Amino acid sequence: MGRITLVGVRKSFGATAVIKGADLEIADGSFVVFVGPSGCGKTTLLRLIAGLEDVSAGRILIDGANVVDVPAAKRGLSMVFQSYALYPHMSVRGNIGFGLKMAGLPRDEIKRKVDAAAATLNLTPYLDRKPRELSGGQRQRVAIGRAIVREPKAFLFDEPLSNLDAALRVQMRLEVSKLQRQLATTAIYVTHDQVEAMTMADRIVVLNAGNVEQYGSPLELYERPANLFVAGFIGSPRMNFIGREAAQRHGAATIGIRPEHLAASRDGDGWEGRVSVAEHLGSDTFLYVDVPQIGSLTARLVGELGLTTGDRVRLRPDPDRIHRFSEDGKAMRP
Amino acid sequence: MARRVSTGRTLVMTLLAWGVGFVIFFPILWMGLASFKTELEAFATPPSFLFFDWTTENYAAVQGRSDYVHHAVNSVVIAGGSVLIALLIAIPAAWSMAFAPSRHTRDILLWMLSTKMMPPVGVLVPIYLIYRNFGLLDSRIGLVLVLCLGNLPIVVWMLFTYFKEIPKDVLEAARMDGATVGKELVYVLTPMAVPGIASTVLLNVILAWNEAFWTLNLSTSEAAPLTVFIASYSSPEGLFWAKLSAASTLAIAPILVLGWFSQRQLVRGLTFGAVK
Repeated sequence: MGRITLVGVRKSFGATAVIKGADLEIADGSFVVFVGPSGCGKTTLLRLIAGLEDVSAGRILIDGANVVDVPAAKRGLSMVFQSYALYPHMSVRGNIGFGLKMAGLPRDEIKRKVDAAAATLNLTPYLDRKPRELSGGQRQRVAIGRAIVREPKAFLFDEPLSNLDAALRVQMRLEVSKLQRQLATTAIYVTHDQVEAMTMADRIVVLNAGNVEQYGSPLELYERPANLFVAGFIGSPRMNFIGREAAQRHGAATIGIRPEHLAASRDGDGWEGRVSVAEHLGSDTFLYVDVPQIGSLTARLVGELGLTTGDRVRLRPDPDRIHRFSEDGKAMRP
Repeated sequence: MARRVSTGRTLVMTLLAWGVGFVIFFPILWMGLASFKTELEAFATPPSFLFFDWTTENYAAVQGRSDYVHHAVNSVVIAGGSVLIALLIAIPAAWSMAFAPSRHTRDILLWMLSTKMMPPVGVLVPIYLIYRNFGLLDSRIGLVLVLCLGNLPIVVWMLFTYFKEIPKDVLEAARMDGATVGKELVYVLTPMAVPGIASTVLLNVILAWNEAFWTLNLSTSEAAPLTVFIASYSSPEGLFWAKLSAASTLAIAPILVLGWFSQRQLVRGLTFGAVK
């Protein structure tokens, strides 16, 4: 079991409030991602749950029990660090088995469990090596092995993939997702990479400046962002925001249109503009278009259109996919 | 671009380094040579450098007059014991200062170091009286205690600088793995800091071994280490250079051997974590 509930959790370092009141309900077995720009407090929130920092106010419940005064060692959670944080003086076997040794398990049981974890993670040939003799990806696996072998109530991941190269990151992302589903253990995963967030999460927590901006499934966040921040943060390229008259026509202070919901044509109706930059990715084309009175808009078009810098183009938004926001940045729903 | 060093320059620098090294080493060499001379040759002018009648009679005389082994054992117990106890106190102290610092950590560190700036003679009388009243004069325990307290600031400082280099994540990982503070210190921090701890131990054993002020003032015979053994050969009337040299050579021999085999750790200890 690993149901984690946050009730009015606050954290300040001196006079600076880092977490300004977080309320979350994380269901047992779910994969929750904390995402946000750097300095938004996502790592702090994870460390509060881990017990590596003390809360300033509020309660953290694990399976209904308040753990605010329980030290990290006794919370029954395990963590994968950004830097891997392996014990450099121990072999891979020692690293993975350390938690079991601390729990006082008999030696043969530790061996059995470590062997099983190593087999799951393809680490069996490396069990007697020291961390410095391993590649980055292998070290990452050892860190994950150390986390799973203890059968914790929940896994906490602190940007675990950010030190890997792009190809390996995609592969490890899949492996972590698969492993989590297989083990059906609650996971909380911190990242600043929204692709990781969107692909791995059952539910995403978007954090900004110490506040929870929205908590929902990836598609919910994409289709119904609660406010301007979430709308701008989720989705790549970023959502276009248009103010003034164009927005007033829709009865809003600001309207948002995702680049993929703009259709481009050489003639017809829509906003007329000039292409300032065209990025050709083969499968997609990103057009950055200067539209008089509105500003710069980004459009994402499928396939190759043969448009280049300086070409005139007309952009037409999908009328069903226009997001409306009020004066204070909140989403307006019909 | 790397600086190019000509062979001529290398030669000059090498000769210079050997020259300086020889000058620094000379008193020890001279002491060693004098210990093999007769008393007459030992203070002859001009002194004879190598061509004298080599004799070991001084060593025989020293061994006959005082018990070298007794003093040497005391030195080992006092130097080893004081450093061991200091380590037991300093590892948790340095751990808390390096990984759980408070607003006053810096101040405490500076205050500890400042105690080393005080001339020890300033507190000789009070400490002497305390020791007399508690029956600690001329006892090994008393000397272990005073040297332990005297070196504690250096031990804490050195360990603090080494611990600072250890990534905090690893200790947090141990905590997440269910390790209590004690187990974290024993299984993770200490093994990771072994090189730093080794050089701290070495340097402080040497400091304690060579410490003369407290050992001379607080012990006479029972607990007297090698420093007292040497001092007993500087008599007020008539100098016995050769015997004094023989006694001194015997006193520094163990530490010289220890230092020779641990040069690498010593250099690391002396640079105080300045270079990684």
